[in-house]
Amino acid sequence: MNDTTQTAPSSVRGRGGARGTSAPPAARTARPGRGPRRHSIRTSQWAAWGFLTPVTAYLAVFYAYPMYKNLDLSLRDYTVMSFVHGGAPFAGLGNYTTVIHDPTFAPALAHTLIFTGASLFFQYTLGLGLALFFHQHFRLSATLRALFLVPWLLPLIVSASTWSWMLNSDSGVVNYALHLAGITPVDWLTSPHWSLISVILANIWIGIPFNLVLLYSGLQSIPAGLYEAAALDGAGAWQRFSRITFPLLRPVSAITLLLGLIYTLKVFDIIWIMTRGGPVDSSTTFATWSYRLGFGNLLPAFGPGAAVGNLLVIIALLFGLIYIRTQRTTPAA
Amino acid sequence: MNTPTPTRARARAGWKTALGIVFTAVMLFPVYWMLNASFTRDQDLRKTPPSFLPLHGTLDGYRAVLHEQLPYLGTSLTVGLATVALTLLVAAPAGYSLAKLRPRGSGTLTFALLVAQMIPGIIMAMGFYAILLTSHLINTLPGLVIADSTIAVPFGVLVFTAFMTAIPDELMQAATTDGAGALRTFTAIVLPLSRNAIVTVSLFTFLWAWSDFIFASTLDSGGGHQPITLGIYHYIGNNNQQWNAIMATAVVASIPATALLIIAQRYVAAGITTGAIKD
Repeated sequence: MNDTTQTAPSSVRGRGGARGTSAPPAARTARPGRGPRRHSIRTSQWAAWGFLTPVTAYLAVFYAYPMYKNLDLSLRDYTVMSFVHGGAPFAGLGNYTTVIHDPTFAPALAHTLIFTGASLFFQYTLGLGLALFFHQHFRLSATLRALFLVPWLLPLIVSASTWSWMLNSDSGVVNYALHLAGITPVDWLTSPHWSLISVILANIWIGIPFNLVLLYSGLQSIPAGLYEAAALDGAGAWQRFSRITFPLLRPVSAITLLLGLIYTLKVFDIIWIMTRGGPVDSSTTFATWSYRLGFGNLLPAFGPGAAVGNLLVIIALLFGLIYIRTQRTTPAA
Repeated sequence: MNTPTPTRARARAGWKTALGIVFTAVMLFPVYWMLNASFTRDQDLRKTPPSFLPLHGTLDGYRAVLHEQLPYLGTSLTVGLATVALTLLVAAPAGYSLAKLRPRGSGTLTFALLVAQMIPGIIMAMGFYAILLTSHLINTLPGLVIADSTIAVPFGVLVFTAFMTAIPDELMQAATTDGAGALRTFTAIVLPLSRNAIVTVSLFTFLWAWSDFIFASTLDSGGGHQPITLGIYHYIGNNNQQWNAIMATAVVASIPATALLIIAQRYVAAGITTGAIKD
């Protein structure tokens, strides 16, 4: 496990270094003399872009084009027929105003924010607590930490159906545990008061490993000498955490939270499989609403569905840009 | 650090191991509960209290998987391998170029890749639906493979770039002095040295393609060949309350993830820390 944790800092450095601080290799490998050297730089530029051609074409055809299609969908009145035969009338921002005035809009927005906020808060705090715990290097700590990865690696549909089974009103193990504790059973998935909480619970469970691994690798990059010095100065455990660990972990924390945010905003599978956003929109987020509009009904509403999706993209990109900024300003840790 | 006597230190460490085992057990309880349900007889599924050990275990659930889910598993395997091939083909050369050749404008491309990682799957699904419908690739495996690869390509390029940056420039200079062009340097030196990156990217790509539900359900739900995620989904959707069969399918669908964790644990952690975003 040790060798992997070392790749973390070096890879971060690698990405930072790729932004052109060192001289381009072309200049170094070029033969002396003006003419050939220039020639060599130009050929190497060609070669370099030659290697980038597949990914550039890929991004254009399989990212930019679907995104453009999606934008186009959101600006037109699409039906299945107009998909095949063309000729969907231009609707301007009509789909967007429809969506914003839809009674689902406000709850979906609120649920998206609550789902994201609550998931992030608990994933991060639990992940950090566990990272601190596992950082103490006791027997079996590496093995147990590896086992913690399991929930993150399982297909989401597997986790979601397992949680559905555990939260089943009549024969779920969670209600049985409540029964043992003398608490009346809860309709986790079928009551509008509990459905959002249920999907948040499942999502926290899935996200803890990701937070644990990233924060653990961050802890490893804090020099042990600092703790020894602090201990000599008589700092207690809490002081060591609040004065050393937490401040020095800030860059890693920021990246963990932002990656988690971007990931959580687009969570769809878990909610859709556990509750389908219901009952009566009580666990609908932008992601599931968009899906339901586009694919969940017999008569698909592609235009409004795409509009909801694009609103989600705007939110995600907003936070994404913050993420990229922090990546740039964070010195190689 | 204060230095407790060795015995006390050992006792404290033992206490931590015990606590760690408790934490792990709590965390993995859902996984155990899935396994338990997959072996439970129909008549015992609704029992109160639930059986915490499948004492009267049955393989009925797994028999159902064998009878009904094998084609789905085959499709998932095919789609996963094809997605890996496509992703490696696109991402490895790009990583080489970004790490070692660094042409003008590559910063913009890196930026585009970071943005691409942030686009929610539902957006891509809708766009792909429109495109695949007009190009008659809807409900076909190539269409699904292309869509699945979009989850992995940006991640793949980032991982390859990070790994290949660590390859010493001297090795490549030596090749250039021997008259090797960029392509030969790539295939003869860079690729063989990037085995770890290839393994990491392949593992994650396969796992994501295997686990994908959103593209499968939007782009392949009417197809003749459907992946295992849809197999499970149909089980749940049919409202059949055969939870042992559902959970048995879930267990089988988890095999690649488990195998991955056992065989390639160090690659998993490396992949996450290199900037993985699970889609």
